[in-house]
Amino acid sequence: MQTEPHDPIGSAWLASLASRRRAFLTFLSTQSAIAPSWRCRASPSASPPLFQRRKQEWRDVGALADFQAGATRVVSFQDASPEPWAGVTAKTAAWVRRESSGELIAFSVNCTHLGCPVRWIADSALFMCPCHGGVYYADGEVAAGPPPKPLPRYPVRTRAGRVEVRTSPVPITTA
Amino acid sequence: MGLLQRAWLWLDDRSQLSRTVWPVLTHLVPKDAGWWYVFGSATLCAFLAQVASGVALALSYLPAADQAYASLQFISDTAAFGGFLRGMHYWGAGTMMFLAGLHMIRVFLFGAFKFPRELTWMSGVFLLGLVAGMAFTGQLLRWDQTAVWSVVLAAESAGRVPLVGESIARLILGGDTVGGATLSRFYAIHVFVLPGLIFSLIGAHLYLVLRNGISEPPRKGKLVDPKTYRAEYEAEMKRSGVPFFPDAAWRDTVFALGVVLCIAGAAFFVGPPELGPPPDPSLIVANPRPDWYFLWAFAVMALMPPGLENVAIFVGPIVIGVVLLGLPLVFGSGERHPPARRPWSVAAVLIILVSVASFWAAGKRSDWSPDFNAKPLDAAVVGARSGPISEGATLFHDKACLNCHNIAGQGGRRGPDLTYVGDRLTKEEMILRIMNGGHNMPAFASTLGPEDLEKIVAFLQSRTAKQKSPD
Repeated sequence: MQTEPHDPIGSAWLASLASRRRAFLTFLSTQSAIAPSWRCRASPSASPPLFQRRKQEWRDVGALADFQAGATRVVSFQDASPEPWAGVTAKTAAWVRRESSGELIAFSVNCTHLGCPVRWIADSALFMCPCHGGVYYADGEVAAGPPPKPLPRYPVRTRAGRVEVRTSPVPITTA
Repeated sequence: MGLLQRAWLWLDDRSQLSRTVWPVLTHLVPKDAGWWYVFGSATLCAFLAQVASGVALALSYLPAADQAYASLQFISDTAAFGGFLRGMHYWGAGTMMFLAGLHMIRVFLFGAFKFPRELTWMSGVFLLGLVAGMAFTGQLLRWDQTAVWSVVLAAESAGRVPLVGESIARLILGGDTVGGATLSRFYAIHVFVLPGLIFSLIGAHLYLVLRNGISEPPRKGKLVDPKTYRAEYEAEMKRSGVPFFPDAAWRDTVFALGVVLCIAGAAFFVGPPELGPPPDPSLIVANPRPDWYFLWAFAVMALMPPGLENVAIFVGPIVIGVVLLGLPLVFGSGERHPPARRPWSVAAVLIILVSVASFWAAGKRSDWSPDFNAKPLDAAVVGARSGPISEGATLFHDKACLNCHNIAGQGGRRGPDLTYVGDRLTKEEMILRIMNGGHNMPAFASTLGPEDLEKIVAFLQSRTAKQKSPD
């Protein structure tokens, strides 16, 4: 326990700085240790998620004939340029609807509350989230629960009778 | 003198081992420090057990996005003692969270965070945060469907931080989406970064405990005065203190051994947590739930008023951190005795415990989640086998009303229980609510035809306390 008289290291050290030689040596021993880290930026493997934006790709999700007018179905596709070791984690889903007018809409499966995968309930024409009870109407507008924003949409198009969805980052709801 | 003895004496002399360790082991502690003082050392012991089971798991676990799941299946089903090891690590994690919380409550209630032990408390607060970080990242390494959605949830939560939210979210995901980069970063954090920080902070924590001594049990009317405390404590230790080893250490050893036996028992008899479906983000039939120690937070996220959410997600953790870290600086002296002289501290602990327990129970039930697997209502419940009431009951299921509303114990609990709704609402009121929605109910005006609406309302009208049987 604290039997020894209180003599903080700092006070003696500060007093010793009065000597110029000591001050210089202190500078040398602290700064030469710190200096190399000035040149060390964040390691290259940690920084890409921040700075490197992936080029998005159009992905084939099936023949247009397989999308019945008025129906909403889930499609799955590969993320843009996945790592070779990504395995099934490189897959993403979207809800694609072909309106009676023929127009295609692709919704993100991620609830805008905290990202859980919403499910389409065809008979009631609602998207429901299993996590915190978010509910969306068929057009993606919020019907109930905590989601702060409508369900995001992904770019979708048809080419030569095939439906294509454009890959997108996981939609992050910001403050 | 035998060779072994000579070798030991040589080693001890050159390393100065016993001269360093012995005074530490036998430092004087309050003689009345009893069983209340064992939770800290038990937490440390649980941590060491985690290190051991963690290293053993890492021998077989592959931290690659495409192979982690298969390696977990191998560990669970094929590897010798693999399931037991996973169980040890899982139950050990929960035990550590529990013991760290218990230790913190004990220290708080005994006023042991006051002068001169403020820094000990603060290092403990950081340790608690790190342990929570280990628990969260560890749950993700169980790389199944729930893990994937937990990563997305973490990224979405981080996204609410002002200005830099999206960048943090991208750092968590390791890019635009969950993918090859996601798991390896959580592995690095869980296996290198956090344990490294925990080891160093435990070192600091123990150093502070040794330097400032173990706090004496609080006595009524004995105030902590920073001017005199150290001298008084020292005098008391000289007068009546006992050496930590063996007078107090036996309790720590016995309790810690019991803790490890409990963890092993749970691992053996209950086993590891179930490995869910594969980590495929395109499998949208998912029901992500956190492990039990975060279930209360899951409930908070569901029950919080949506308007508060952005602020609460960001400011909440900061407030908790500032309050915990600031506590010993604001209340660093004065009374220590809990119920008699610090009633509010007892009340605060009780309020927090009751709140967490209530949110935990709510999270366990998660009434706010729709019941996607609600089965059609039995004829006995409906009270009719044909006709509009029976058809209405079928529609009530098919249109997913039953996902959120409960009828006689069947269905979800998101909305009001409609078992006896016929006693509460008139036909017109029902039609109005179904068509327009309201509160937390979607409007069905655009999806329900007049005939279907008529049948559903007929069914709901029949839901009265005096309902007749189907035959």
